[in-house]
Amino acid sequence: MGGGGVGVVNAAGVRPPAIRVEGLGCRFGAQPALTGLSGSFAPGSLTAVVGPNGAGKTTLLRSLAGLHPGHAGRIDRGGLAGRDIALLPQASRLDRSFPVTCGEVVALGAWGEMGAFGAGPADLGARVQAALEQVGMAGFAGRLVGALSAGQFQRVLFARLIVQDAPVLLLDEPTASVDARTEADLVALIRAWHGQGRTVIVVLHDLELVRALCPETLLLAGETVAWGPTAGVLSAENRMRARLLAEAHAVGRRKAA
Amino acid sequence: MIQEFFLAPFELAFMRRALAGCIALSCAAPPLGVVLVLRRMSLTAEVLQHGVLPGVALGALLGGAASLWLMGLGGFLAGLAVVLLAGVLARATGGREDSQLAGLYLLALAAGVAIISVTRGVDLMHLLFGSVLAVDGAGLLLMAGAASVAVLGLAVIWRPLVVESFDPDFLRAMGGRGGVWHLAFMALVVLCVVAGFTALGTLMSVGLMMVPAVAARHWSARLAGQVRASVVVAVLASLGGLLLSFHGDMPAGPAIVLMAGVQWLGGLLFGPYASLRARFAG
Repeated sequence: MGGGGVGVVNAAGVRPPAIRVEGLGCRFGAQPALTGLSGSFAPGSLTAVVGPNGAGKTTLLRSLAGLHPGHAGRIDRGGLAGRDIALLPQASRLDRSFPVTCGEVVALGAWGEMGAFGAGPADLGARVQAALEQVGMAGFAGRLVGALSAGQFQRVLFARLIVQDAPVLLLDEPTASVDARTEADLVALIRAWHGQGRTVIVVLHDLELVRALCPETLLLAGETVAWGPTAGVLSAENRMRARLLAEAHAVGRRKAA
Repeated sequence: MIQEFFLAPFELAFMRRALAGCIALSCAAPPLGVVLVLRRMSLTAEVLQHGVLPGVALGALLGGAASLWLMGLGGFLAGLAVVLLAGVLARATGGREDSQLAGLYLLALAAGVAIISVTRGVDLMHLLFGSVLAVDGAGLLLMAGAASVAVLGLAVIWRPLVVESFDPDFLRAMGGRGGVWHLAFMALVVLCVVAGFTALGTLMSVGLMMVPAVAARHWSARLAGQVRASVVVAVLASLGGLLLSFHGDMPAGPAIVLMAGVQWLGGLLFGPYASLRARFAG
């Protein structure tokens, strides 16, 4: 397992390096999912990734996390190790019938400190309890995840992020299919992480939430439509262009198939 | 009467050997089966039981019927080849490998039977369905040795394996190589399937792994509980199955798997979890 990253974890004032992307291209199977993406996520920035279905939002997050190798271009993570870039997957990607407890899922956040065989850090139990408390799930450590609602499960995954304590966070639709109260709580956590100086990149569908939460926005449609301050990016003109581009890509995919 | 039915058969040395071997495998194979079920790989286990046959048959062809170690080695290598091939097919078809796997195991079964039919001195029925008489000293050593390796091996890879089953992306993002744990795990599965072939037969060996694992889901909702329940089911099935095989004069493999099946049915009807009782009473 990697070393301590670049010395930015666990500090009260987190200062991650910038994450730069140059000409990134990713395929999903044989189909291009993302082409020619270039730009930079500034240290401590909070960026929304928005776009129509199939725009490559999840693909971008997964390739930033090192899960989806691009076929073109490169990603400069500023020397961060895998454990320093925490990914919140779409909840639907996980099997919630898996016989695992909330406490065990949250403790996974310390994987980078213990690895496959090492003993966990001595304070792991306390950190798990504290993280569960912070997401409003105190007392759930021994419960199976199969017994949770969608919102409760998402809270548990957020607690895992708290234990992981990474300087860069990639969140894939964190508020999808959760109740309003959970959404408010999770948004408050994202704000807090932003306030601590962490870099947060979050895929969102709700544009009202994007405007309220994220200073920066990346509008995707298989390629970059616009990237910058949210208000300018989310103009009616850009959103129309994104829709047209996505339709053109979808037609291209149908022809290729 | 009771003593005659339950204890007298085990006064015979071959029955004691078969029982010891089956109990050893009952401690090792069902926990692997629990993880196979979690990884939604029950179908791969099915393919495996057919896949080891050509290798076992080749071992018999090359070394004669008495060459237990050669047959075991052949089965192990053939099983590993099937595991790797299944992985390649899964990747090549994007997870829609079921038709290819079905073709693969039919071919393996056909090839195995074809090889055995030209090999003198090997009883096809014994090879496919097991025979308690086949468990000699070497057979017991193979079963107990493989079971020991599998129990220890599973204990070593348990943490990364379970994490990889629950959230493979998380492990990969953390820099943990999921493929290594998967392959090590599958090697242990193949080892247990091959080790059981003398007593249980190549076709029924997977049964001692999978049926207790499936039954265990009705007795516990937790992973550790399912592992424990699967071992208990398998030990009881081994005891009952060997008695059934002895008194009913049938091959040991199907008898043991049937006894595990009875417990599965019991769990399905009356178990505390996901059972009919739980559905209608709860």
